[in-house]
This record gives sequence, structure tokens and C-alpha cells, in this order.
Amino acid sequence: MTDTRTDAAAPSAMDRARGILSGALSGSGPLLGLLVLCTVLAVMAPRFLTVGNLFNVFQQITVLAVLSLGGTAVIITKGIDLSVGSVLGLGGAVAGWTFASAGLPMGVAILAGIAVGALAGLINGLLITYGRLPPFVATLAMLSVARGLALVITDGQPITGYPAWFRWVATFRVLGVVPVSVLIVAAMFVVGSMYLRYRPTGRALYAIGGNEEVARLSGIDVRRAKLKVYTAAGALAAVGGLFLTARLNSAQPTAGTTLELDVIAAVVIGGASLNGGSGRLSGTLVGALIIGVIRNGLNLLGVSSFWQQIVIGGVIAIAVMTDTLRKPAEG
Amino acid sequence: MTTSSALFACHGLRKAFPGVQALDDVDLEVLAGQTVALLGENGAGKSTLVKILSGVHQPDEGEMFLDGEPYRPRNAAVALDAGIGMVHQETNLLAELSVMENIAIGRMPLKRGLIDYRALGEHARTNLALVGLHDLDPATLVSGLSVGARQKVEIAKALSLDARLLVLDEPTAALSREDAQVLFGLIDDLRGQGVGFIYISHRLYEVPRVADAVVVLRDGARVAGWSRGDVPTDEIIRAMVGREVDQQFPTPPDTVGEELLRVEGLTRRGAFEDISFTLHRGEILGIAGLVGAGRTELARALVGADPLHAGTIHLDGRVVRVASPKAAADVGITMVPEDRKEHGLALDQPVRDNATYPMLDHVAERGLVRPSALNRLTSHLAARVELRGSPTQTAGTLSGGNQQKVVIAKWLPREPEVVIFDEPTRGVDVGAKQAIYRIITELVEQGRGVIVISSELPEVLGLAHRVAVLSRGRLTGQLPRAEATEQAVMQLAVEG
Repeated sequence: MTDTRTDAAAPSAMDRARGILSGALSGSGPLLGLLVLCTVLAVMAPRFLTVGNLFNVFQQITVLAVLSLGGTAVIITKGIDLSVGSVLGLGGAVAGWTFASAGLPMGVAILAGIAVGALAGLINGLLITYGRLPPFVATLAMLSVARGLALVITDGQPITGYPAWFRWVATFRVLGVVPVSVLIVAAMFVVGSMYLRYRPTGRALYAIGGNEEVARLSGIDVRRAKLKVYTAAGALAAVGGLFLTARLNSAQPTAGTTLELDVIAAVVIGGASLNGGSGRLSGTLVGALIIGVIRNGLNLLGVSSFWQQIVIGGVIAIAVMTDTLRKPAEG
Repeated sequence: MTTSSALFACHGLRKAFPGVQALDDVDLEVLAGQTVALLGENGAGKSTLVKILSGVHQPDEGEMFLDGEPYRPRNAAVALDAGIGMVHQETNLLAELSVMENIAIGRMPLKRGLIDYRALGEHARTNLALVGLHDLDPATLVSGLSVGARQKVEIAKALSLDARLLVLDEPTAALSREDAQVLFGLIDDLRGQGVGFIYISHRLYEVPRVADAVVVLRDGARVAGWSRGDVPTDEIIRAMVGREVDQQFPTPPDTVGEELLRVEGLTRRGAFEDISFTLHRGEILGIAGLVGAGRTELARALVGADPLHAGTIHLDGRVVRVASPKAAADVGITMVPEDRKEHGLALDQPVRDNATYPMLDHVAERGLVRPSALNRLTSHLAARVELRGSPTQTAGTLSGGNQQKVVIAKWLPREPEVVIFDEPTRGVDVGAKQAIYRIITELVEQGRGVIVISSELPEVLGLAHRVAVLSRGRLTGQLPRAEATEQAVMQLAVEG
């Protein structure tokens, strides 16, 4: 008897070692992928690995990152938000209209844009909680409504000409290298990570995504939490719209079209599961960077944007597969 | 007994998983028309053995024979074809498909490439008749069936595959006493037709009724076997746990005090009507009734999980409103739900998180939850309920008993006044049962009120100071402990 037990323990030690290794990798899989990608691009395109270019990459993904911040929270709850691209456009349009057509100060315009984004998100949340619509359907409806409103408000035309201090967010570089927008986004991610980890309502999102009925029966106010998450996602989408307006010095009613799909891509590349209950903002940031690095690198290599789409599609599939295939298959 | 005469036999089966010898030199024989009770605590190796004979796992060593022929299924489909049927505790039916589709799933009768619904219905009717469901419309959706009916459908499905050996895993766990008796009758009928059964159950009192032979596993090894069914329960338990265990229910302590909870005229349309009762401090109130009597629905409404349509709830003399589980917990009414996998635990989340959901707002300091505070709370709770397992493992990897301990433990730090236990010991082993009974006793010793709902009548009668009986959504009677005999309770349970 004793002998067989020792035999049984031998493979277990190896298995444990493998477990530790894969455990260590599972958290940093996307990061590892990003580093490999950067190494390859550094060799192929010498201009890639310059400080200036790396901050360019960061700046190019700021809008995607801001939206993915909300998207991560939504996906942790096992939800989805397809409306963020449109709400981005709406938020920018509202801010532009408030400043240019209503003649109010830019500060008020910024608040108005964010408030309208938050309102769109709140409506999503209400449709999902009290209207019992699946998140996919509720936010699909908002995708259409918000885009339509953006076009109505702007009459389909871009609204241009903003105060210098507003554009400064996108143009100024601290010490000549670090864009202000990058610093703001980094700060938002730190605060967001802390929120998910340390706030009761942040931790509750994982419970809701893990099993909504269990969360509810455990005394968690699931409706309230969902309303908050979708409202935040809407407000963040509008913030993204403001960043984009500042960068382009123009609010485009069609801005952010299909960006919601990049958001989902960044979140799942970053390791979150669409089945809910898992996901980290550090992973999402890496996911957004991977998308940004591929676009930037392929641009430097002179690859057409058509081919970039194909590459990014492949990366999404490979990134998620490396994660799912590492887990043992279900019997 | 020779191998060749047995319907199924295995010799010297061994199976190791990383870190554990799940099966260690196990022999088992099932004759045609025989029911073998396969018993053991959770983790004893019953599931592994069943998974090997149904082709899910491959043994490391040992041989199996079916009808005297060597039998080694490479996968579950081979086992099905060979005539091994499985009926699980949680039925594996697709709730949104009809009964007939479930029975014939994967081998639908076709006519010119399209599903032949007429033949499908006929096929289902034939097999449903075998399990006594003559009147069930095969087009009914499974989601509309009671648990007992689902179980029968599952057996019908196995029979439709010409199963000769049926493995029943905790088949009565979700059944009322009445339905369990019907199931036993069905097993007797099928045995008469030469079907063999492996019967897995934690309800040891069923064993003499159903089994012709008993096999006990412990730590993967066969530790005892009898070629008769009427083995004294204490002998079986001794074999299962390897030591003497007081299998009796703890006598309810003499703690009944002043009135704590009074409900009047509680009604939830379609579930229960005009329910009034009281619960005192230090009292264990048992709620008995057949499945479908409205017991679980009543429990859910008392904690705000489902809305009430009429009635009032008084707690400590004050009217309280329980609009949501959160509101109920805030006034001090909590529930350990019936279905721990669907309603008790987020199975993919760590034990630590599961054990602390109700406390998230309460452990926060200046609005922030420190993970270290959650860890401390979890280890404190683990010690209190004798939880075996790590706080960081996912809840789904715990054994049934330990899962249930987490579901119970998570409410303890909120110090609820009223705790409702809905089927507290379903599918948990003897050791965990004792721990759960001890927690219930502790609660009433602290002056809390406890409501215990159970389909195991001996459990209700053994634990409770007083038993309330529901029948078809109405309260048909309340019996003090001294008068609460099985006979008297069943009388009330079938009334109405």
C-alpha cells in the first residue's frame, strides 16, 4: 500500500511544478506576448524602439484604453457594452455643440459631454436591470440611438475650433516626451484597479459575474452595482470622446465607430473572460497596448491598414486560445 | 460467485490522480437483477469508480467484465452503447428542450433528413411508460417538470438505450419521501426484468429498502462488503468513517425563549397561501412537506429572494419589510439555499471571496476592503465550521460537505436573528452532517431562531422543537416535538 502511494506522489510533484509555472504565466501571459511583439518589431523596424515612438503608441491607445477601463468592469459582471463607440461620438458632439453652438464655456461643455455619456450608460443599465433586456440587446439599441443623436446634434458635420488649453491635453508633453493624456489615463487605471480590488462595490462585480443569483442571495445589491457599471462605462466613453476631440481639434459625429469591438478585443486579450467573474485592468491595459503596438509597428513597416485588421484578428484568437488551451479540457 | 455469472464485475481497479490514490485495488460485482449500494463519504472514490465504468476515466490497473466479456470503455459513448446508464443527482437534461428530445438526443429519428416528430413522440411514450409516466405529454418542456419527474425522464432516457446496468447517484436527494417510494418501486420492477443497479446514496436508511448487497469505500479502498441489504446503519457508518460516530441527531437544546418571528397571512400566488406561524428565540422549527408543497418558495420569500403578494412579517414585535435578500439580511433574516451550486456558491470564484460576500460592506475600513481582512475573516470562519480546504482554491473544487460549510459560514459574522436552512445536508457526508448539526445547535444556544426545511423526514423530526407541515402551498398543521411522528407528519403532508 505504502509503495503505491509513493508512486502516486511522484507525478504529483512534477504536476505541482507545472502548476506553479503555469500559474506564474497565467497572470503575465499577455505581458509576455507584448514583450515578444516589441522585441520582434524592434528588430524589424529600428525606429520602433525609440522613446518618442513608444509614447506615440501610448498616445494612440489613450482613447481605446479609457473605453476599455469601463469595458473591463462591464465584462467582469458578465455583461457587454456595444454602445461605447457611439456614446464616444455622442459625448464629443454634445461637448462640441455646447461650446460652439450654445456658446457656453469649455469647462461646462466638458461636463455636459460627460453627463450625457453617463446618462446613456444609465439608460443602458436601467434597460438591463429593470427592463430585463440582455446587455447585448440593450446596448445594441443604444449603439444606434447614440450614434443617431450625435448625427442629429451636429447635423452630420464636424464641430471644430476649441480653446488652446483644451487641446493642450493632447498636445502638451511633460518634459517634452510624456503626453499629458497618457498621464491622465495611467492615473485612471491606477484608481480603477484600486477600486476593483479594494472597494466593496468593486469586489462585488466579480461576485455578480461569477454567479448573479448567488451574489443577490448574499445580500449584494446587484441592480445598483450594474447601474453603476454601465453608467461609468458611458461616462468613460464620453471622456474618450473628449480626448479624441482634443487631439483632432474637432468633434466628429462618426467618431468611435466600431471602437466597441476594439474594446472587447483589448479586454479579452488582457485575460478577462466573457463568461464573467474574471479580469484585471493591468491585463486590459496590456491588451490595448498589444493592439496599439501592432498598428504602430505595421505602420512603420509600411503594411497596409487592410492587412493590419487581418493581423489583429489573428492576435485576438491566438491570445485567447493560449489562455483557454492551458486549462485542462472538460471531461 | 464467479465472474462469468455477474452482469458487471471489476477486479483490482486502481486509479491515481495527482496527489491522491482515488481508487486502490477495488473489486465490485453486480448480478443481473441485483442492486448494489455503493457507499462512502465524499471523496471515498465512488465517483471515480463510476466514472471509470462509464468510460470518463481510464483505470491505471485492474480489469472489468460485462457479461463475462472484458470491458474497457474508451469513452462515455462506448459505455452507453454497452448498456451502462447513468442517472445523476443533478439531472443532465436540457431544460429548454422537450422531454422527447431529451430522451432521444443525439439519435433523433429522421425522415427524409428531417426530424420525425411523430416517431420521436412514440419513442418517448414507450420509454416513459417504463418508468410510470404514462400521462406525461412527450412535448412538455423539461423546465416545467418537477425534480422527481426529471429523474424519471432521465431513467427513461437510460432505458431507451437498452441500459442493463444503471448507476443511480443520489437519486432521492431531491425527491420527496413519496416520490422516493415510487422510485424504489420502479427499481424493483426493473430488477425483475434483469436490470442491475449501482445505488449511491448518503441516505443510509434507504439501503435496507433498495439494496441486495452493500459495498463501502473509504479513501479509495473497499473496506467492507455484505451480500445482503439489511445491514445495520451503525455498522455501515463505522466502515465508512473508520471510527464510531454518533449518528443520532443532536437533541435540540432546552433553549426556547420569547417570540422572535411572527408571520401572518403570507401569500405568494402560485406557490403558497395564507401561511401564519411563529418562531421563538432558541427554537428550531422544522418545515416538512412533499416536494412542490411550497417549502422552498416560502423560504425564498422570507428572505426577499422572491416577492410576497400578501402578508406581514414581524421580527421582535416590529413589522419588517424584506424587499430583497439584502434588506432581509439587514434586518437579520438569512437563508442557506437549497441548491448550493446554483444559489449558494460562485463555483469559479475563490473560497475566500465566496465566504465573505455578505461581509464586503462590513469589513471595509474607510470604504476600502483589505484582502488581508478577508483572509483573516475566512480563516476564522473556516475554523468555526471545520472547513477543510484552502481559502484561495475555487469553491467548485471543494467536496460537497465543505461547499455547504462555506454557504453556511458566510452568514455567521452577520449574526442573523433568523437562519433558514433549506436542505442543509443534501449530498453531504456523515462528518459534514455532524458539523452542520453542531452549527445549528450553536445558533439556537445563542438565542437565534432556526428554520430547517428538509426532505429527509428523520432529519426534521430529529432536529426540530416543533414541526410545521405544508401541503400544496398551505400550512396544514404544526406538531410539537413529542407528537411529531413520521406517521402524523405524513398525514398532514398529504392533506389539502
